[in-house]
Amino acid sequence: MRRSDLGEFEEVVLLAVAVLTPKAYSVVIAEELERETGQTVSTGAVHAALQRLEQKGYLSSVLGEATAERGGRRKRIFTITALGGRVLSEVQAVRVRFWDRIIPNIRLEWS
Amino acid sequence: MKPPRLADHLLTWFCAPHLREEVLGDLHERYALRVTRLGEAKARRRYWRDVLAYVRPSIIRRQPTQFSTPKTTTMLRNYLKIALRNIVKNKAYSAINIGGLAVGMAVAMLIGLWIYDELSYDKYHQNYNRVAKVMQRGIFEGVFGAGGYMPLPLANELRTDFADDFTYVVMSSWTREHILAFGDKKFTKQGNYLSPEAPDMFTLKMLRGTRAGLKDPASIMLSESVSQALFGSDDPMGKIVKIDNRLNVKVTGVYEDLPYNTEFRDMNFIAPWDLYVSSEEWVKRAQDNVEWNNNSWQILTQIAPNATFDAVNAKIKGLRVKHVPETAPYKAEVFLQPMSRWHLYTGWDKQGNVEGRIQYVWLFGIIGLFVLLLACINFMNLSTARSEKRAKEVGIRKAVGSVRAQLISQFFSESLMVVAFAFILSMLVVILVLPLFNEVADKQLGILWTNPMFWLSGIGFSLFTGIIAGSYPALYLSSFQPVKVLKGTFRVGRFASMPRKVLVVIQFTVSVTLIIGTILVFRQIQYAKNRPIGYDRNGLITITMNTPELHTHYNALREELLRTGAVIDMSTSSTPATDLNSQNGGFEWEGKDPNFKAQFGTIAVTHDFGKTVGWQFKEGRDFSRNFTTDSAALVMNETAAKYMGLKTGSPVGMIVKWNGKPMRVLGVIKDMVMGSPFEPVVQTVFMLDYNWAGVINIKLNPEQSAPESLAKIETVFRKFNPGSPFDFKFTDQQYALKFATEERIGKLASIFAMLAVFISCLGIFGLASFVAEQRTKEIGVRKVLGASVFSLWGLLSKDFVVLVTIAFGIATPLAYYFLSNWLHKYEYRTDISWWIFAVTGAGALGITLLTVSYQSIKAALINPVKSLRSE
Repeated sequence: MRRSDLGEFEEVVLLAVAVLTPKAYSVVIAEELERETGQTVSTGAVHAALQRLEQKGYLSSVLGEATAERGGRRKRIFTITALGGRVLSEVQAVRVRFWDRIIPNIRLEWS
Repeated sequence: MKPPRLADHLLTWFCAPHLREEVLGDLHERYALRVTRLGEAKARRRYWRDVLAYVRPSIIRRQPTQFSTPKTTTMLRNYLKIALRNIVKNKAYSAINIGGLAVGMAVAMLIGLWIYDELSYDKYHQNYNRVAKVMQRGIFEGVFGAGGYMPLPLANELRTDFADDFTYVVMSSWTREHILAFGDKKFTKQGNYLSPEAPDMFTLKMLRGTRAGLKDPASIMLSESVSQALFGSDDPMGKIVKIDNRLNVKVTGVYEDLPYNTEFRDMNFIAPWDLYVSSEEWVKRAQDNVEWNNNSWQILTQIAPNATFDAVNAKIKGLRVKHVPETAPYKAEVFLQPMSRWHLYTGWDKQGNVEGRIQYVWLFGIIGLFVLLLACINFMNLSTARSEKRAKEVGIRKAVGSVRAQLISQFFSESLMVVAFAFILSMLVVILVLPLFNEVADKQLGILWTNPMFWLSGIGFSLFTGIIAGSYPALYLSSFQPVKVLKGTFRVGRFASMPRKVLVVIQFTVSVTLIIGTILVFRQIQYAKNRPIGYDRNGLITITMNTPELHTHYNALREELLRTGAVIDMSTSSTPATDLNSQNGGFEWEGKDPNFKAQFGTIAVTHDFGKTVGWQFKEGRDFSRNFTTDSAALVMNETAAKYMGLKTGSPVGMIVKWNGKPMRVLGVIKDMVMGSPFEPVVQTVFMLDYNWAGVINIKLNPEQSAPESLAKIETVFRKFNPGSPFDFKFTDQQYALKFATEERIGKLASIFAMLAVFISCLGIFGLASFVAEQRTKEIGVRKVLGASVFSLWGLLSKDFVVLVTIAFGIATPLAYYFLSNWLHKYEYRTDISWWIFAVTGAGALGITLLTVSYQSIKAALINPVKSLRSE
């Protein structure tokens, strides 16, 4: 598995899609990320990440319905592909393994 | 509550069409969310930021599967491909086009670099806009005169009385050769004595030491190259250097060599002004006695930040008359000549109108434009000439569905591609010929790789050329009616070739004018070169007397040199025979009109001067050691004798008083050309004075070879004058230098003229080949019916001969007008004789026939069976 394919921001976006499915599209993802991280997230950055993830095959998309705020324009709804799901869980597994190996008393010395 | 519309427009413009919907939708939705959360102002700001954040390749990139409009790159690629194919297909035509354009562009580029260099003269100095030379002007017998020779006390007065107007006032000696010695290394180097503020004023870039290095009167600042010559890579700071074998000074600074395009590029060292005053008796005298009448130095100034040249000029203009009241009748004025005008506006004509090198800048600028124009004309002519060949193509394209705009784009991309190739080629040409050009033009030009202006103007000018040159074919060809063209009834109208003919006439008018001009410039130089100079410059050398030893041992030196047999005669004089830079008033003689303020060029010579330079007596006799009374005597030239306006005719035997000192006129010599060979000879008197010696004149023995003689002379010189290097100048070479400017301009002009002719010929060569091709059938028919090759050649050449003749007819009066204007500025000038026009006309016709003949004879010789069988 090519782990280097998944950047940190991409990983968060991918996770957001997983959380927001079946209503995941760029605006809600960006808003969600802003709420979670407390930082401004530009629509463009999210859009770019989504495009990249789709290219890599971790996401698939369809054009969804239009709303009034969008000026009658349709939105692109993203869902995670099987590959995307596997990558996500592998990433998680790697992280968990590392967390498990941290000796608790060292952890206390962080602060 | 709509998001910013401009931002939307921007996004729609750069965003790929297939992404537009979702991106815009997202943005608008988020905008609505933000308005409720953050308020409208903030939301708008964020909106803009988001839009700008979308400027990235993944958004801009168009999808390849989308249908492309004719404006998109797909079509452009198509245009370029077809353009390239067309260029490769018609090799001869493309070569003529690209080659001609490249030559024209290369010429324009070279001229552009030359002009840029001329205009950026002295800009090295950061205070360029505030530095000025103090000068004085006056009207002497109706003739305007101006000069930079200034009296010493003026600097002090400017410093004290006008302290608010000047940041710096700098006294300066004239840049001249001095001997610099360190240990046994001796060099003759040019340098100045300057006030201590000079390095600040010139904003010298110091490599060692500071700009304050001239504060100590026993110091010297060296240029990098001089430091290199004297000390190599050693640290020169604090070392003791000897100037002219008598002044010991300490090196207190090394500055970066001044660039080639500065007025002071020869200033290789700077010594303190105070040292000059204390070491030169006559300068000290001028300072101690406050001599306002001794105009022997330069004064350079930098005006204060709040001052303007006009305001300062108004204040100081009366200073000359104030201190030297007798100059009032000449309307003498002191004024500032700003540094920005030093190089290009150096001269004044007799009425006081400004002139100078700026004329050459204009001249070359115009020539450059014309040469470029000629190249563009070729391009247009050849393209339109080919129009008939491409008419069918246009017809078919239109019938198949091309829009006119597409055809126009096609033709423009073709012409732009040709121009692009030509531009690249011309850059190569410029890189190759630049060293040669620098040599001819006496410049150190380089391609301005890092100058954005250079690239902007280069590219802008290529675009312009491409569009101008391509406009005619693009607009003209694309207007063809497909039905007419394809039906085969298409005929270019009777007057269609008219513009082409006019352009050819313009081309040849320019070329012929340039040729006539060049011939005349060279005629004028040759004329002045052949001018009788009144003395014999062969085997004459001069040596500067720059050490005290030469003065004290002069007689012994002379005797020993004569004994070697290498020298026929030797004498001293205040200036070399090629130089007359001292003029004096204060002359009186019997019968002189008291209102006539006579002024003579004055030269001090020794007894043997006449024999050394070989002057020729018209009447009277030379100075002689046999008459002790000759110490108060003078010899004058013919012009001076006439200038005195004597009723009796000859001044020989008369007494002429100079500042009260009576001197007998011994003789009158034939005029010697000492100043500019283009100017009338100045009325000059030669006086006997052993103390006012500046150079030694030596006449070499013609029986011996010059190197041999010089070696002998050098040994003797070393013996008497061990402190200085043996430097000498050949008078004939010095004389030749007087033509340098004119010859340089002439050479450049002739190169450009030749290229102009070349480009024009290239043009008619191309045209002739098309005409020949067009008329192949006609020629075939004529041949079958019995026309001779000669009559066919005449038929094809006739048109061009007529055009060139018309051009010649236009060029003749034009050239005559401009050239008689140009010649007018020379006092000693050749006439514009008719044969120049005759030769140029014949030459132009000859070249035309030669160029056209190749094509017409080829066409005439072709087997009619071949040409008639086709189709």
